[in-house]
Amino acid sequence: MDTRQTIAPPRPVKLFHRFANPGQFLRLSGKVLPWLYSAGVLLTAIGVIWGLFFAPNDWQQGDTVKIMYVHVPFAWLASAGYVSLAICSVLSLVWRHPLADLAAAELGPVGAAFTAVCLATGSLWGKPTWGAWWVWDARLTSVFVLFLLYLGHIALVRAFDDPTRGYRAGAILALVGVINLPIIKFSVNWWNTLHQPASIGLTGAPTIAASLLWPLLFTTLGFTLLFAAITVARTRAGVMERRIRMLLMAKTSESGQS
Amino acid sequence: MTHLPYIAASYVLALGVPLFFAISTTFRLRVAKRRLAVIDPRGKR
Repeated sequence: MDTRQTIAPPRPVKLFHRFANPGQFLRLSGKVLPWLYSAGVLLTAIGVIWGLFFAPNDWQQGDTVKIMYVHVPFAWLASAGYVSLAICSVLSLVWRHPLADLAAAELGPVGAAFTAVCLATGSLWGKPTWGAWWVWDARLTSVFVLFLLYLGHIALVRAFDDPTRGYRAGAILALVGVINLPIIKFSVNWWNTLHQPASIGLTGAPTIAASLLWPLLFTTLGFTLLFAAITVARTRAGVMERRIRMLLMAKTSESGQS
Repeated sequence: MTHLPYIAASYVLALGVPLFFAISTTFRLRVAKRRLAVIDPRGKR
């Protein structure tokens, strides 16, 4: 009797690697992308028009509440984008998922730009409401740290001649930076901040009027789909560009041998 | 609207940044597809 035992790889490995096939990703993303873009544009347009022209002003904030319809989705996507970056980093470090590295490299600039818009729109809201463009409040500072983490990831991924080393270093930084996410979320509860606490939570009813909440839900969903579409499209371009580089290198080495 | 410049600037940024990324990515994809089609006929996807 053969005493050697063959150990089957854990199921997640099989599952991840099936979707990690670049050819399969290109086929699937090609089909999904137009739907993601269309739904994203439609929902964003509905939310923006509703919020700008039909939603009432807030009794305290006045018309500056309209900035909330773009600021809140970008704030949510700054954190959600970083969670996606951390998931890609785990897939890259643990399972050597070939697409995860590319997705993380493409996610970084989009996440950084969305975080910058979150900070800028917050600043544009803060000036008329608080009377200051910027305060070193715990929420604002922790989001600024998130922006720096994104920039660090972008720089680190592109800092090495060997891309694999860059991807590994970027993945480690992304995982270390996850500690900042609960700080962002709970900063308004842990410290006495100028930034108001969350109006929408998972456990309780929203403290925001329904007439203001509905357009916000539309813009949040719309911008989320656009974020996903942009990231998938950039990863798709990254896969194609990598294939081009590999084919060109193979051709160069073939012509060098002959 | 008494704070129109602040609101307008916010919406220009919020709509402009995704639009910039969408256009630049579409252009990047088109270039990559064209190059791939030239180098590798299987790349026509």
